[in-house]
Amino acid sequence: MPEGIAIKVTVNGVVRERRVEPRLLLADFLRHELELTGTHVGCEHGVCGACTVLVDGATARSCLLFAAQLDGARITTVEGLARDGEPQPIHDAFHENHALQCGYCTPGFLITVHELLAENPEPTDADVRDALSGNLCRCTGYVNIIKAVLDAADRLRATGWRPLSR
Amino acid sequence: MKPAPFEYVTPRTLDEVLMRLADLGDDAKLLAGGQSLVPAMNLRLARPRVLIDLGRVSDIDYIRAVDGTVALGACVRQRTAERSEAVSRGVPLLARALPFIGHPAIRNRGTVGGSLAHADPAAELPAVVAALDGELVVASARGRRTVKPSEFFTSYMTTALRPDEMLLEVRLPHATATSRSAFVEFARRPGDFALAGVAVVLDVDAANTARAARVALFGVGPTPVRVVRAERCLTGRVITDDVLREAAQSAAREIDPPSDLHATSHYRRRLATVLVEDALRQALAGVY
Repeated sequence: MPEGIAIKVTVNGVVRERRVEPRLLLADFLRHELELTGTHVGCEHGVCGACTVLVDGATARSCLLFAAQLDGARITTVEGLARDGEPQPIHDAFHENHALQCGYCTPGFLITVHELLAENPEPTDADVRDALSGNLCRCTGYVNIIKAVLDAADRLRATGWRPLSR
Repeated sequence: MKPAPFEYVTPRTLDEVLMRLADLGDDAKLLAGGQSLVPAMNLRLARPRVLIDLGRVSDIDYIRAVDGTVALGACVRQRTAERSEAVSRGVPLLARALPFIGHPAIRNRGTVGGSLAHADPAAELPAVVAALDGELVVASARGRRTVKPSEFFTSYMTTALRPDEMLLEVRLPHATATSRSAFVEFARRPGDFALAGVAVVLDVDAANTARAARVALFGVGPTPVRVVRAERCLTGRVITDDVLREAAQSAAREIDPPSDLHATSHYRRRLATVLVEDALRQALAGVY
């Protein structure tokens, strides 16, 4: 009798089939089974945002999902945000505005920012602060992150580049 | 930490879910959005032997108009309800409260029914249902029953749900031309658990007289608290600044808030007083 629950998930555009123990969290599935270590594990109770990924186009805490639940789902991790290995305007804005230091929180922020800018291409400072309130950073003090997001919004509008659609 | 091992089942229909619950009772937990259950499992505060995933069950995530109410299936995602026109038009209080729940990533998965069944004392939705005097529809293999909020929310994280029962639907009365509502809460940071909050629903006539008032506080006790003496202060009276202040003071005397790591009882009581007045003013102004 084969062990585990059979799942077929599309991760960053690639179909993956595996058998998983029910209690395997999506975050751990991505990191250990698929070796996509860009998604980070912080608090394991949904508060810090470091584990945030896109599930069927919407942000979700990968520490609060079991891989077993996601048969048939489409998942995007931070590795999937860069197209053909080239960084995107959001990445450029983070880099140039010094919006990261250790980088631990950064993947979670990038995923959250993608959703924010897909839904609100012209956010105000207050919109950005509100949207990012679920992602914690211990290094930067957030000021440069907010600048980076507003800068990214400008760049996206200027080039007409769109984040991943739902 | 990682969760303890469990058996995982994926029923396809409501009947299957109810049969499983009849069989397993307390040995099983229902998995809806998982935004409260999975943290508890990760911390090993919850160790269900069996997890019943509702994710493949059809037709329990509807938003429907039913006889002057808006009926939400228990598995409606909070984010779906937040974006629903039926909700923003029919139950503006719910639309106003939803963005206060956690963060978008939480609301993308979290469900309306899950939050109600989890019954966290600091949660927004139980107070919303209490202020609207809505109805909770509970299902089991034995049949269905309808429960009012005061009977449903019994204590900290405890509801009237029996081990073989599932919350199926919540029915909320449709707003009318004369109803006014407001929702306020205070938390240290947006998305944190509220230290205290208030949901109010008023029925106000053209002469600024409150024909009916329902004021529900949360974060100030084990369950949402309807401050009935404050409500009586308002009912049948022309609403003036003095009346609002009187109602807020009365509300403060009707609660017995806990002291904990986040706030003292005294602080919560002060907070509640201010928030009740704020909420009443917002409701009257038709603000939000």
